[in-house]
Amino acid sequence: MIRVVLPQGLQLLAHTDAEVQLDVPAPVTLARILDRLEQCYPMLAGTVRDHVTQQRRPMVRFFANGEDWSHQSPDQQLPSNIAEGAEPLLIVGAIAGG
Amino acid sequence: MSSVRVLVGTRKGAFILSADGNRTDWAVEGPLFAGWEIFHMKGSPVDPDRIYASQCSDWFGQVIQRSSDGGKTWEQPGTPAGEEPSAENKEPSADNKEPSPEGPPTIGESNKFAYDTSAETGKPLTTHQWYDGTQHPWEFKRVWHLEPSLTDADEVYAGVEDAALFRSGDGAESWQEVAGLRGHGTGPSWQPGAGGMCLHTIVLVPDQPNKIFTAISAAGAFRTDDGGLTWQPINKGLRSEYIPEPEAEVGHCVHKLALHPAKPEVIYMQKHWDVMRSDDGGDSWREVSGNLPSDFGFPIDVHAHDPDTVYVVPIKSDSERYPPDGKLRVYRSRSGGDDWEPLTNGLPQQNCYVNVLRDAMAVDRLDDCGIYFGTTGGQVYVSPDGGDTWQTIARDLPAVLSVEVQTLP
Repeated sequence: MIRVVLPQGLQLLAHTDAEVQLDVPAPVTLARILDRLEQCYPMLAGTVRDHVTQQRRPMVRFFANGEDWSHQSPDQQLPSNIAEGAEPLLIVGAIAGG
Repeated sequence: MSSVRVLVGTRKGAFILSADGNRTDWAVEGPLFAGWEIFHMKGSPVDPDRIYASQCSDWFGQVIQRSSDGGKTWEQPGTPAGEEPSAENKEPSADNKEPSPEGPPTIGESNKFAYDTSAETGKPLTTHQWYDGTQHPWEFKRVWHLEPSLTDADEVYAGVEDAALFRSGDGAESWQEVAGLRGHGTGPSWQPGAGGMCLHTIVLVPDQPNKIFTAISAAGAFRTDDGGLTWQPINKGLRSEYIPEPEAEVGHCVHKLALHPAKPEVIYMQKHWDVMRSDDGGDSWREVSGNLPSDFGFPIDVHAHDPDTVYVVPIKSDSERYPPDGKLRVYRSRSGGDDWEPLTNGLPQQNCYVNVLRDAMAVDRLDDCGIYFGTTGGQVYVSPDGGDTWQTIARDLPAVLSVEVQTLP
């Protein structure tokens, strides 16, 4: 199972704890994880990716193994420890403001 | 005994304030949607248990919420139950699926506000004027205002930024743009005000279902007489010294419109500067600022039982945006404008530097009409006697963006 950590605003919307687990078949990519996330939690559709463009929202970031994957292709395969569930994929609301 | 339910949208969630008809003892529920901006909540006049809410975030975009039990529970309209996360053999990518006879499942439609780009009605609606005078694509940002239909609980209009009007006929499960507004001809010359280019006011007229008024910052007021198919700017008589042509057809920063159902040809307007009145359904306007200490402000509303009694909250501007002299005063005119009296009993009269935003004032329909407003300092006030005296319902909420009130049997 893939582990995904959601920011607080999305936990509230999805009525979940911080971490959710998803069954995502290989190859595990950002796009596949987000597709599956929206299938399991339809109320999150459009919150991570824009409804119309399907592009990542500007103030949302993805981290895997401590590295920023926000600007990687959504179809690029994620590291094996993310795919194996050893480490979670972090979806982060960017810190902004003071 | 009748009761009231006050729907308060704030920067950090929603609150529901309830009281019986005396309006003295209040129950405060919230925050709902904690941490999210709630730009506006409004109940259906047809079914008071049906409430729509605009929940939004600079991070996560727009979410429409709907309640069918008076705000006890909420849902994203039409959103299906999610699949089990551990379901086996799931292929998440749409291109790996067998096509369904019904087409791909649609999720998130209630939150999708897609501008009309069809060849028939949307093709010319590609750009508007940007701050620097260049043309800029329309980009959806948020829903400022939700206006439920006067006759159908499943019909609701949404005013959005960048300025456009959307309509839902299925209880906010899906939205279609009322494209005739942007497409009537002046759209490319609209430009954003300091708060963005937002359609913030939607006024429906009882017994005249084809007539709708809207207001846009900073474009002006518009009216349709055919249910939204065609629109016309209704800004004749407005004068805005801060734009290149002060009496232009569009470009005016209208802050709010209000009318009384018994006298729908009379419309009141709070403009960026000037309080205005039209006696011919918006065809022409005259200034009625009279003796107000400032003709700048955001909200304007009309007494529930007296079409000639109007309320505004003067604000010092252009840069200050707080009450003149640090005194929070609602002003009431009993003559449809020009002559205004300050209403201060129970409101802070020193060291008060809050603002009252355009959707943050409402009136109830009890026999002794109640007036409500919320401030950017988090206070919500009620006057149960038409403005003569004021009480504080809540003192320390997040900044208040909107206040609506439902009068319940």
